[in-house]
Amino acid sequence: MGGADVEAVWRIESARIVAALTRFTGDFELAEDAAQEAVAEALVSWPLASPANPAGWLMATARRRAIDAIRRRTALQDRYALLAARAAVDEEIDPDRIDDDVLALMFVSCHPVLSPEARVALTLRVVGGLSSEEIARAFLVPVSTVQARITRGKKTIAAAGVPFELPSAAERRERLSGVLSVIYVIFTEGSTATSGDRLLRPDLAYEAIRLARTLAALQPAEPEVHGLLALCELTAARFPARTGQDGSPILLEDQDRRRWDISAIRRGLAALARASARGLGPYGLQAAIAATHASAPSVEATDWDRIVVLYEALGRIAPSPVVELNRAVAVAMASGPAQALAIVDELIAADRLPGSHLVPTVRGELLARLGRRSEARAELELAARLCPNRRERSVLLRKAAALS
Amino acid sequence: MPKYLLIMRGTDESNAAMMADIDEMMAATHRFIEEMVKAGVLLAAEGLDDPGQGAVVDFGGEVPVVTDGPYGETKELFGGFFMLDVASKQEAIEWAKRVPAAPGSKIEVRRVPGSDEVPQVHE
Repeated sequence: MGGADVEAVWRIESARIVAALTRFTGDFELAEDAAQEAVAEALVSWPLASPANPAGWLMATARRRAIDAIRRRTALQDRYALLAARAAVDEEIDPDRIDDDVLALMFVSCHPVLSPEARVALTLRVVGGLSSEEIARAFLVPVSTVQARITRGKKTIAAAGVPFELPSAAERRERLSGVLSVIYVIFTEGSTATSGDRLLRPDLAYEAIRLARTLAALQPAEPEVHGLLALCELTAARFPARTGQDGSPILLEDQDRRRWDISAIRRGLAALARASARGLGPYGLQAAIAATHASAPSVEATDWDRIVVLYEALGRIAPSPVVELNRAVAVAMASGPAQALAIVDELIAADRLPGSHLVPTVRGELLARLGRRSEARAELELAARLCPNRRERSVLLRKAAALS
Repeated sequence: MPKYLLIMRGTDESNAAMMADIDEMMAATHRFIEEMVKAGVLLAAEGLDDPGQGAVVDFGGEVPVVTDGPYGETKELFGGFFMLDVASKQEAIEWAKRVPAAPGSKIEVRRVPGSDEVPQVHE
């Protein structure tokens, strides 16, 4: 077995091993370090001799490394004696406990004491089983940066005395929404890369979907978990049609809808149905908007009135300038560009999205539709100057040039 | 990301072995499916009925010819599948190794190309 095989087993086992070890030692940092040592050992020894039970090998080795680490801490002698006694009976992961432990691991990795970057890095590494190198590649940052985020994150968890347990009933809703937002951030970075040459990073979006599926399996009664999963599936369903062969973005109205992933749409709609149990939350509403697009044969035949209503609902429960801007786009489609322009101009007057390329992008489009060509061109050129993604920037400049 | 189909291929002997302890096999399969769901990798799983109950539609002639019964002389008949959404071929293989399969059966691991890999239709 080679490095790729070790990676594959680790992908499947990381969350369960780190969760079980954290439960076992009460120390997240120690558990994660011990697990990483086991992976490093596997990379050396598996190519020479494949273990009969790779998952069991990793768990047993990680457990030994954890006990070694505890043994080195002389002050914890008593604890070591306790562990040594339990080691014999605890070889297997307890199936009744492991689901809660994996869930607790997600809550720890997304804990509010952590910086947003550390939450993303820890979740992908510990729950997702990605290496620091893979995370660094996905986010276009140096490996040392990811390693520093993970190390600092683990120290923060220890310093803050974050317990390894499920959040109390009182704080559960808020903590769950914290976990959802980490998954959403990962997905968003995959579906609209904020920087760099590529518009899409499907590998990163995939990690988010995988995490959302795990969370949906562990928290099946939480509608917003299904809402987020539905949003991710329905958005990712359009990936195959969203870029041309040269990687340039293709706008919704120009996409070949036959290239949308029908299986992903069906999974998204099924998740959306589960999300609708008690009225849709913010993720569920966004998923419902994506579902309206997914079930329309063309831009013209899209139920834009429904999309306007959904954005209005979203704006009430999760107000944000980006939602307002999207509502303006939907209003333009449902009722015409003049009404939409009024919404955008209000946003600008209130200076609610300063420095964003999205406002001039939308305003430019609306002005173009109203026949105000030179104003439209100026807006699109401004948008191109503000846009951080090279692919999107060239589309904006092309549109601006077409208006001269 | 890569999707893989794990195709279960059983022989008469492995099917007989499976039927001999069908309750245990069903329970093990149920546990395995749950594990894949919780790992976020399972897209679909189905088992097929007795091939003798099936039919074959043959397009060799001018019109499709239908015969009742199993497909050809194949020794290892397609008995069911798992569709996985995994990070790599190695991960698909790792899951395949964990399938509670009857002795003598085989699992074929095949990649399912994404719709973005299918050549575009030019009209």
